[in-house]
Amino acid sequence: MDLLNTIVQGILVGGLYALFAAGLSLIFGVMRLVNIAHGDLIVLAAYAAMVVVKATGLHPLASLLLVVPLMMAFGYALQRLILNRTLGRDLLPPLLVSFGLSVILQNGLLATFTADSRKLDGGALETASFQLAGISVGYLPLLMFAVAVAVIAGLQFLFYRTALGRAFRATSDDAEVAELMGLDRARIYGWAMALCLGVVAIAGVFLAIRSNFDPFMGPGRLIFGFEAVIIGGLGSLWGTLAGGVILGVAQGLGAEINPGWQVLAGHVAFLLVLAVRPKGLFPRIDG
Amino acid sequence: MNHQITRSTVLSRTAGVVALLLVVALAAAPWWGSSATLHLIGEFSVYLALATLWNLLAGYAGLVSVGQQAYVGLGGYVLFSAALFAGVHPLAAIPLAGAAAALMAVPVAALVFRLQGAYFAIGTWVVAEVFRLCAAQLAVLGGGSGISLPAQVTKQLGAKAVREASIYWVALALGVGCLVLVWLLLRSRIGLALTAIRDSEIASSSLGVPIAGVKYAVYILVAGLTAMIGALISLQKLRVSPDASFSVNDWTAFVIFIVVIGGIGTIEGPIIGTIVYFLLREFLADYGTIYLLLLGALAIAIMLVAPKGIWGYVAARWGISLFPVGYRIKWKD
Repeated sequence: MDLLNTIVQGILVGGLYALFAAGLSLIFGVMRLVNIAHGDLIVLAAYAAMVVVKATGLHPLASLLLVVPLMMAFGYALQRLILNRTLGRDLLPPLLVSFGLSVILQNGLLATFTADSRKLDGGALETASFQLAGISVGYLPLLMFAVAVAVIAGLQFLFYRTALGRAFRATSDDAEVAELMGLDRARIYGWAMALCLGVVAIAGVFLAIRSNFDPFMGPGRLIFGFEAVIIGGLGSLWGTLAGGVILGVAQGLGAEINPGWQVLAGHVAFLLVLAVRPKGLFPRIDG
Repeated sequence: MNHQITRSTVLSRTAGVVALLLVVALAAAPWWGSSATLHLIGEFSVYLALATLWNLLAGYAGLVSVGQQAYVGLGGYVLFSAALFAGVHPLAAIPLAGAAAALMAVPVAALVFRLQGAYFAIGTWVVAEVFRLCAAQLAVLGGGSGISLPAQVTKQLGAKAVREASIYWVALALGVGCLVLVWLLLRSRIGLALTAIRDSEIASSSLGVPIAGVKYAVYILVAGLTAMIGALISLQKLRVSPDASFSVNDWTAFVIFIVVIGGIGTIEGPIIGTIVYFLLREFLADYGTIYLLLLGALAIAIMLVAPKGIWGYVAARWGISLFPVGYRIKWKD
């Protein structure tokens, strides 16, 4: 029963990792950009929620009503003003600029909020749980998982059923031809980043309710999200959910054996997938 | 024949002589400098070497690694293990650390080379995290909090002045050595291949450059040398710990900033970058986080305005090169 419990909890945590991963997968899919500051943006969203909660007294989840649009606006501006200028054939500029951004965000948060670790108070939601076949399932992890599924379903719908999604896919396939067809690439990239940071905002608030956070947590979240993307298979949105779940379960099982092995077990699972199936478990079929 | 092909210019010959004199003067530093001076120059050499190696990896071979701290830390841990458990003399353990890391880099490369471009970068970071977490599990080396080099091992390096001087000389030798090695490498056949890969992977591949082989070789060479520097760093600090020895900020972020600011894909870039970095640090380090904010902003600004860095701008503007690796045609009238 212990083992089953560990697996169930791991699956639910996987939802959070899928939220880390979905935004990463989205912008890579649209513009081949890997944003090294992705994790730091998640932490930024957590701090933004903290400020909103302190100022308004809202429940952290209700703060999303403000934090999501704020982060989306920030993402749009960031893409239009800085990141768009780095995109081209060379991989180095976007990578290094987002690396610089990561250092700026970490130290900016450190200077503003100190290194103290914070947490958002989710109230009764944090501890509430119900019994299912002898396993105690928390409402918060379940909600997290449900939100992850909803977000990915929403992105999937947006990608394959809307005009904006068609523009995303066209730009991803061939940006130059898409421009010839009258698409404004700079704006589309801006929207993709806005969407990505909308997902990041949700991930950041759940992260802040679930555990302590501090200005230097970003890189770790980036790595979890990245591992989920690669395990699931590049370019597949549902794959990121599978990747997140596998990562969550691997970490849970690792922690069960030795508390020091929690994160290590996740990394090992990632490296194993890389060794055995370098394209991930559910790669997108090209063609 | 009314033309002549040369590799050197008046400027580059002058630069060579000045560099040689500078190295001789620096090698004599234990006789004219204070302990603090030795420490500063030693640290400068360490960053010069790390930057030169990362530049070779990212600027020429196109392998943008964010995980070189894996080998810095590994080098330190191998040196400590060899000195503590096998009684190896600490200085003799430095090449040992290099060899061990080069060996370790073979399976690592096989894994991370499956990832492309930016995903390769994060993949190398994961490997470095695995190294760090494994090091934290080594109870015999202090686990998560690390361990200091015991006095009986430190004694093998002689009295304080002798120890400081010998660690300094090793630092200087590694710094200058890496620079000379990369310069010679780039002047060789492999260097021609690397420069071609830097300029266009597709074109060089169509001309028969064995890209995969060259990249593997460069990755493994850089891993070994980086670990030797890591071993030296552990001697400078007389301590290893998972968080400090495998620090992504200290051993990779700063190094990347140095190379980007100085000029990626040039030999002179890392030298200029290291000088700028140390100048900034001397004046601004007291401001702590503000200093790091500025460094990040400076790197972004350089990437947006002059992506080839300070030296790239100078070289393109005036067509000069201090340590030439290419050929020039000189016309006679």
